[in-house]
Amino acid sequence: MSKLDSKIPEGSIEQKWTKYRSSIALVNPANKRSLEVLVVGSGLAGASAAATLAEAGYKVKVFCFQDSPRRAHSIAAQGGINAAKNYQNDGDSTYRLFYDTIKGGDYRAREANVHRLAEVSTSIIDQCVAQGVPLAREYGGLLSNRSFGGTQVQRTFYAAGQTGQQLLLGAYSALQRQVGSGNIELCHRHEMLDIVTIDGVTRGIIARNLITGEMEKHFGHAVLLCTGGYGNVFYLSTNAMGSNVTAAWKAHKKGAFFANPCYTQIHPTCIPVSGDHQSKLTLMSESLRNDGRIWVPKKKDDTRKATDIPEEERDYYLERRYPAFGNLVPRDVASRAAKERCDAGYGVGKSKMAVYLDFAFNTARYGKTEAIKQNIHNPSHEQIMTLGKAVVKEKYGNLFTMYEQITGENPYEVPMRIYPAVHYTMGGLWVDYNLMTTVKGLYALGEANFSDHGANRLGASALMQGLADGYFVIPYTLGVYLSAEVTRMSAEKDKSDSIDKLKTNHPAFETALKEQTDLINKFLNIKGTKSVESFHKRLGLIIWNKCGMARNKQGLLDAIAEIQALRKEFWSDVRVLGTADEFNPDLEKAGRVADFIELGELMCKDALNREESCGGHFREEHQTEEGEAKRDDVNFAYVAAWEYKGVSEWELNKEELKYENIKIAQRSYK
Amino acid sequence: MGSGHGQELNLTLKVWRQKNTKATGSFETHQLTGISVDMSFLEMFDVLNEKLISEGKEAIAFDHDCREGICGMCSMYINGRPHGPKQGVTTCQLHMRSFKTGDTIIVEPWRSGAFPVVKDLAVDRSAFDRIIASGGYISVNTGNAQDANNILIPKTDADEAFGAAACIGCGACVAACKNSSAMLFVSAKVSQLALLPQGQVERKERVLKMVAQMDEEGFGNCTNTGACEAECPKGISLENIARMNRELMGATFK
Ligand SMILES: Cc1cc2nc3c(=O)[nH]c(=O)nc-3n(C[C@H](O)[C@H](O)[C@H](O)COP(=O)(O)OP(=O)(O)OC[C@H]3O[C@@H](n4cnc5c(N)ncnc54)[C@H](O)[C@@H]3O)c2cc1C
Ligand code: SF4
Ligand code: FES
Repeated sequence: MSKLDSKIPEGSIEQKWTKYRSSIALVNPANKRSLEVLVVGSGLAGASAAATLAEAGYKVKVFCFQDSPRRAHSIAAQGGINAAKNYQNDGDSTYRLFYDTIKGGDYRAREANVHRLAEVSTSIIDQCVAQGVPLAREYGGLLSNRSFGGTQVQRTFYAAGQTGQQLLLGAYSALQRQVGSGNIELCHRHEMLDIVTIDGVTRGIIARNLITGEMEKHFGHAVLLCTGGYGNVFYLSTNAMGSNVTAAWKAHKKGAFFANPCYTQIHPTCIPVSGDHQSKLTLMSESLRNDGRIWVPKKKDDTRKATDIPEEERDYYLERRYPAFGNLVPRDVASRAAKERCDAGYGVGKSKMAVYLDFAFNTARYGKTEAIKQNIHNPSHEQIMTLGKAVVKEKYGNLFTMYEQITGENPYEVPMRIYPAVHYTMGGLWVDYNLMTTVKGLYALGEANFSDHGANRLGASALMQGLADGYFVIPYTLGVYLSAEVTRMSAEKDKSDSIDKLKTNHPAFETALKEQTDLINKFLNIKGTKSVESFHKRLGLIIWNKCGMARNKQGLLDAIAEIQALRKEFWSDVRVLGTADEFNPDLEKAGRVADFIELGELMCKDALNREESCGGHFREEHQTEEGEAKRDDVNFAYVAAWEYKGVSEWELNKEELKYENIKIAQRSYK
Repeated sequence: MGSGHGQELNLTLKVWRQKNTKATGSFETHQLTGISVDMSFLEMFDVLNEKLISEGKEAIAFDHDCREGICGMCSMYINGRPHGPKQGVTTCQLHMRSFKTGDTIIVEPWRSGAFPVVKDLAVDRSAFDRIIASGGYISVNTGNAQDANNILIPKTDADEAFGAAACIGCGACVAACKNSSAMLFVSAKVSQLALLPQGQVERKERVLKMVAQMDEEGFGNCTNTGACEAECPKGISLENIARMNRELMGATFK
């Protein structure tokens, strides 16, 4: 029998969630106060979950490695958040959002989870507005929407290019309100290093106080990992510098299955790499594709300036290849198309690894509309462009400034140069419908889990998922487990050595603490010659080249061997200076890179196993004649959930994906 | 000012080193050569740290995360100015093309009693979190909300609230102020919520609580020098402080 039980409720897709939600056992308010929940992570998923659970009466502790929960990586999300509000009256509905997400994910996501996501999406917008999140508005005072890739309706809500910031500050304010009322204890500048299990059940975590270096034991009846994605395994990505896989990886090594690690998202519109010194890549939001057109010169190795290339000598390759969706095809499709043009020799800029994202057309269009609004007759081209630039500035000002800061070029005057970069990870800890991992009492929310985006995530859906999980899913589904905990607690009430009495005095906590302390000392005692950073860079390069936008069997086999060798070298030659009992960012990073190396190997193994192309996973051996991804639904319509068995050893478990409501089909955006 | 593409700089850095909150700190001088003008200021620090590690010396601790100017974590006081010489950018967005070869650059942590130094260039800004916890929110439990479009908000009000909400909580305003006042930060949140219909119910209580917490944290008084506005990377305007003073008056004299 499969070790995986997805616990998808019975019933029609439209009713599964509502029926299930009303049948979950409740925990009475008095009991809630004696139940402790540890929330690791304060991004959209963690902050929303922590606030909501505290409001409900649970005792909550929140952990984050930054100096404030408000700085979680979610803060950097730019473009927007989807919701099936249909405020634009353009034919949107719960079903359409559900359908778009399943199709966008290339038919590799779980129907029931995605439908639930689409259902609760509308409540998220209501909640955020009630918190005072200043989402963009129209002149009539109503909320404004924009379009994102992979859809033909306008369902994306936004706050200029700072949507993540505004949504996170909303969730953070709800979190801080509970901190202020004493319902949440905040442990900032803390890093979770392991989970603690007793008889296979999660009972708490080990965390390091990053300022003092003190190793701490924390007891919890349930632990929620809201620790984000693992894109930084590539070294260069659009993720924040601190984003890492450690929490999920340590949980994986304690029994949580890791699902679809090879599903990574390469975002088509990022600022290209400029040199070896580069520490991260910067996204130029997908919303720009609303108003920008992507092109390369028709002539190979064209060295003319973009503005000197006449219209008829430009190849708007997305519009050419995908007339129905044009510049708004999903990310995986757009990224591969850019790579194809650059590999074929049509790339632009110094490195030739870039394409143009051009705003001139829409600037002119906006300018004309403005001129009419302002009653300017026969405006000159210059007047039109000035008016248009003001509109563009209002929509994307912060992004344009960011671009100019980094490249020294003015995108109002010349097209942006962009190239795909690692952005998001669809893979993550395997969870059931309740968001519980394969370890009892351990949950994963937000980007840390695998559940909703299949093999490719649509733009503006991660913010939606993080907040759906935190505000509207976990507050219900956690009750399934915690109500059983209440029963157990009352049965063990008179037991002198019950876990509820011992809490962190249980010997399992001491063992776990010692393990992690030893690990830290191990890093410090290697006293090798190479910096942690240098290992991270080398790992990133292997994975980007061989498990990036295109993968093939030989490359993956080579990568696995190289990563194994890198791991050995790391453990014998890494140099970590300073001590364990102080603020030591280099030591923190050593632990994160050690985990990334192990994850990297699993990613390659997963990519090797998946003998098909789907979404962000493109195996060169499996493509159509036009170079599109070719799925194999007969053999690979499953979630690959990997069970850790020891160094370099994993066992594959499969969760079959059943499509009962959406007909599985070849994805077409033509 | 500034240099073109492809150029390289030779620099002298004087960096504040301090083992921990209790230790006394001092400046340490480092020479760097061949720094590309395309690097960000923090990438220049990455190069310096790699150099230190290769020499067997401990890396310089500094705070950073997003490196996109939005998380508010980076916090270097460069040549006497929070976030350095360029207006409207954070330390992580400052690029080396803003410097010339031969420059000496002095780098210190934020200096304020309310922001104790954690180590080297990193400080503790948890006072800001406590101010928000004291009242920087709208009390609405999850699930209590009405349909979002039932609340109509004039675009100009929404835009103004958004302008205030753009604060990244970096603390440059405090570091820039000779009194270590946190008025710009606090007033940005007070303004955002006071400008929105959703924020009206708790309006008076909010400003009183937040200001009380601000005072308790040991931030200084505002003497209207305007240094905060000049150094704020997000262009948070002094008008917010004026608005907060009005809010405070309104709340105190009912
Ligand atoms: C530049 C950029 C722009 C984006 N724009 C959009 C967009 O417009 N729309 C959209 O839908 N999505 C967007 N995304 C994706 C989206 O932002 C993320 O997927 C989402 O914010 C993840 O939220 P999260 O809560 O799961 O995790 P995060 O926000 O990454 O939070 C992780 C939290 O976990 C904590 N943590 C991690 N490990 C540990 C540990 N070991 N111990 C203690 N704490 C730990 C961190 O401190 C942090 O608080 C964007 C992503 C990027 C990189
Ligand atoms: S007001 Fe400006 S300087 Fe002060 S914390 Fe906010 S963003 Fe930083
Ligand atoms: S590192 Fe995030 S604002 Fe500078």
